[in-house]
Amino acid sequence: MNLKVKAQAGSFESSDVLIMIEPVESGSGRIIELKSIVMQQFGDDLLAQIHADLDNFDVRDVRVIVNDKGALPPTVSARLETALKRSAQVQSGTLS
Amino acid sequence: MKAKQNTFKRRTMLYIPGNNPAMLQQGSVYGADGILLDLEDAVALNQKDAARILVSHMMQYVSYEGCEVTVRVNHIDTPFGLEDLKQMVPLQPDALRLPKVETVDEIKRIIDVIEEIENEHQLQHDQMKVHVMIETALGVQNVFDIAGYSPRIDAISIGGQDLAADMQLVKANDGIGIDYARKQIVMAAKAHKIDVFDTVYVDVEDEDGLREEAEYIKKLGFTGKAIINPRQIEIVNEVFTPTEQEIRKAVKIVKAFERNKAEGIGVFAVDGKMVDAPVVQRAIRVLEMADIELESL
Amino acid sequence: MKNKLQIDIPNELDGIGRLEPFQGAFTKLKKGWMEEETVPPPNKAKMPHASKMCANLKEAILKTKPYNGMTISFHHHLRGGDNLVYEAVKILADLGIKDITLAASSLTTAHDPILPYFKDGTITQVYASGVRGELGKAVAQGALEKPLVIHSHGGRVRSVHTGKIKIDLAILAASAADEEGNATGSHGPSAFGSMGYAAIDSWYARQVIVVTDNIVDYPCVPQSITQNYIDYVVKVDSIGDPSKIAGGTTRITRAPMDLQIARLAAQVIEKSGELKDGFSFQVGAGGASLAVAKYIRKIMKQRSIKGSFLLGGVTSYGVVMLNEGLFRSIFDVQSFDAAVSSSLLNNTYHIEIPAGLYANPFNCGCMTNKLDVVVLGALEIDTNFNVNVITGSEGYVRGASGGHSDTASGANLTVVVCPSFRGRIPIVKEKVHTVVTPGESIDVLVTERGICVNPARPELKANLEAGGIKVKDIKDLAVEVEKITGKAKPIETTDRIVGIVEYRDGTVIDVIRQVAE
Repeated sequence: MNLKVKAQAGSFESSDVLIMIEPVESGSGRIIELKSIVMQQFGDDLLAQIHADLDNFDVRDVRVIVNDKGALPPTVSARLETALKRSAQVQSGTLS
Repeated sequence: MKAKQNTFKRRTMLYIPGNNPAMLQQGSVYGADGILLDLEDAVALNQKDAARILVSHMMQYVSYEGCEVTVRVNHIDTPFGLEDLKQMVPLQPDALRLPKVETVDEIKRIIDVIEEIENEHQLQHDQMKVHVMIETALGVQNVFDIAGYSPRIDAISIGGQDLAADMQLVKANDGIGIDYARKQIVMAAKAHKIDVFDTVYVDVEDEDGLREEAEYIKKLGFTGKAIINPRQIEIVNEVFTPTEQEIRKAVKIVKAFERNKAEGIGVFAVDGKMVDAPVVQRAIRVLEMADIELESL
Repeated sequence: MKNKLQIDIPNELDGIGRLEPFQGAFTKLKKGWMEEETVPPPNKAKMPHASKMCANLKEAILKTKPYNGMTISFHHHLRGGDNLVYEAVKILADLGIKDITLAASSLTTAHDPILPYFKDGTITQVYASGVRGELGKAVAQGALEKPLVIHSHGGRVRSVHTGKIKIDLAILAASAADEEGNATGSHGPSAFGSMGYAAIDSWYARQVIVVTDNIVDYPCVPQSITQNYIDYVVKVDSIGDPSKIAGGTTRITRAPMDLQIARLAAQVIEKSGELKDGFSFQVGAGGASLAVAKYIRKIMKQRSIKGSFLLGGVTSYGVVMLNEGLFRSIFDVQSFDAAVSSSLLNNTYHIEIPAGLYANPFNCGCMTNKLDVVVLGALEIDTNFNVNVITGSEGYVRGASGGHSDTASGANLTVVVCPSFRGRIPIVKEKVHTVVTPGESIDVLVTERGICVNPARPELKANLEAGGIKVKDIKDLAVEVEKITGKAKPIETTDRIVGIVEYRDGTVIDVIRQVAE
C-alpha cells in the first residue's frame, strides 16, 4: 500500500483507539508509538497485532501513533485499516 | 426459491451505531431479540468508511449468538450505498435493512446488486434476508408491491421520523400522522405473511409513553419494534411476551384442539367460546412467543 | 506454608508477627469458642463537672500525650467529604510524632492528602478495610515500612477486641455532640447517618476524642456514642466538605450494562427460591448491585412479597422500600446518602447498629448470619469463584474488603454481579490477583455473558434451570472472555509483601506484593 498523506481514524472514547498514520521516507522502517491504558496487560499483543496488520497491507515504512483506550483487537485492526486507506487515499464511499 | 425460515423472535431490534466500538462489542448482551448495526443515520458522513470497516471486523470477531444480526446500509443512490453492499453482502448477516425504499424498480435494482455480489462470492441467494424500510409517502403507497417483489424480503419496517418529515408533519410524537401508514404497512406485511416492525420511540426517558406505544402497535399487528436505547428493551419485550393468563388460555385451546382433532372435530368450544382454526393458530403463536414447545404440552 | 486456597503465606512477617493461614470459611468458627481472648478496655475516671471541652483539635491531641509508635483510629462515615484524618495526622506530624499506625475503618480518595506522611515515616503501617487512590498506589509501590493489613468490617471489630489492633487514640467525627461526648451522625448540618463503625473504637481505645462542627445542648440524643467512653470533645468549624458528607441521593445507575446485569441477577434471585415472604436482603451501593434492588422491588410488588429486614450500608433506595412497606426494618451500620440520615433519626424501624452486631465473626451471631440474599460486586472473580475486591488491574490497592466476606459467608444466597470484562480487562478469569472472599462463600455469578452457579450448589443450579434460566460453566465463561479480550499478561510483582488480606476470622487469605515498575 502506498501511503500519501497524514491520516487518522478512531477516537479517544472508551473501548476505541485513535490511530494516526504518517508516511515516511522509503527505507526508514516502521516507527510505532504506542500508548495504551492496558499497556501492562496487552502492550506486547497490541504491538504484534499492528505489525501483523501492516504486513498484511504491505506497509514497510510508516510512522504509526496509537492511543488506545482499551479497544478489542477487531477495533484496533479496523481503525488501522481505515487510517491506512485514508492515508493511501483509497477509501471509498465516504465524505471527507 | 424460498428464503430460510426465520428462527429468531422479533420483539425488539436494537439499533447500534456502526462507528461505536463499545456498543458494537456488547450488542447482543442486552436481551434484544435482534441488533441492527447501523451504517446509515447513526454514522457521520465523513466516517462512513470507518464504520463499514469496523462493523465488518466486529461481525467476524464478536459472537452475536442468540441475536438476529441485521445491517442497515445506506440507500443505493447515496455515495455510500453501493460500497456498503459490496462490503456487507459477502459477510452474510442474517438480514440487510434497506432504508427509504419507495418503488418496485428500486427494490429490484438493489436486490440485483446484492445477488450480483453474492454470485461473485459464490454465495446462495436464499440465506441472507432483506428488510425494506418504508419511510416516505410514496413508499407507503407502494408497500404491497415492494414487499412482494422477492421472497427474500421477510420483513417490512416503518421509519417514523423520516416519514413524518416527508409528510411535512410538524409534531410527529403522538403518532397520529403516521397512523394510516402503520396500518397500511401492517396490512401489506400480513398479506405477504411476513413480519413487520414499528419505528423507534425517541424519548428514552419516557418509559410510560414507550409502553403505551408498544401496546398500541402490538394491537395493530406489528411483530416488534426498533429500539434506540438498551433501557427500552425490557419494556417492549414485556409487552410482546404473553402474560401467564394468555399462556394458560392458549395451552387449553391447543390441548383441546389436539384432543378434538383425534376425534375428527374441527370446531369446538373452550370456556364457552367457539374455537376454530384461526383461534388455534393464534394460540400456537402465543405459545411460540412464550417459548413453549408444542410437543411438551 | 500454603493456605486452603493454595496461596503461599509466610509464617511470620515483620511488622505483624505470626500469620495464621486461611483454613476455610468456618473452620475456626465452628468450634464455637475462640482461643483469642478479649483484651480489657481501659479503666478511666473523671471528676464530676470537669470539662472535656478543648479549644481545638491540637489542644485535645496534646492532652492525650501522643508518642512515637502509637496507633490512631478513625471511622469512614464522612464518606468522600472527610477532612479529619488529614487534619489529625498533620497535627501529629507537626508535633514530630513518627511511626504511627493508622487504623481507619476505611480509606478513600478523600484521604489522598495524607500521602506525604506515608513517605516521611510519620505513618508506617495501615490497618483498614480498604485503601484507594494515591494511597493505594503508594502502598502497592512499597511506600509503607510495615505491611498493610486489610480486614473486613466484621474482622476489624474482632481485631480490636482481641487486641490485634490496639488503639491508643480514636478521633471520632460526629455531626452533633454535647460537651460530654454523647454523639450522633443522624442530625446536624453535616449529618451522615449511622456511626456503626465508630462504636468499637470508643469502647476499646485508650483515649477518645469526639470532634464535631455542631455542639448541641446536653444531652445529645440519640446517643450513638456515649459519654462514658469519651475523654475530650472538640468543636471545629468544619469536619469536612458538607456537600460530600451530607449531600446527594444515591441514584440507580443508568448504565445499560449495569442495568442488564442487575435485571438478570433479580431473575436469579427470584428463581432461586429465596425471594419469599420474610426474606432479608442486602445490596451494595455500587452500580449493578444497587440496581438489583430496583428489579427486586418490582418483583416484590408484583408478587406481594413482604421482606423482613434490609441490612448493611443503606441507600435512600432502601429507605424507599422501607417506607413502601416492602421490608419491616432496616439495620444500618453505614448510611450512603443524606436521605438516609433523616430516616435513621425519625423512623423507629430504621435502626443504627454497631459493626460488631453487623458482622463480627467472634460473637454469638452477627446479623449477616441472618441474611437470606446478598448482592455483591467484584473487581475480579476466578474460576473457583474466589473474588478480588481489593487490587485493580495494575496491582494497586484500589478497593475495599468492606462487608464482602462477612455477608458472603452469612447469606443463604450470595450473588456476585459484575461485567465479564471491562474495557479490555477480563474480570472473569482463571486466577485473580488477590483473593478477598473465598469461592466457597459465593453461590452464583451473574454477568452479561452468562450466569454461573458454584458447583457446590447443585440444587441452586436445578432451581434456576427449572425457572428457565440458562446456566453456564464458569470455566467456559472464562474461556469465552479470554477469546474476546485476549490473554492479559499477569501483573508483575517483586517478592516483597506490602500487605496481607485477613479473612474475617483473622487468618490470612492472601498477600499483596509490591508492584514491579
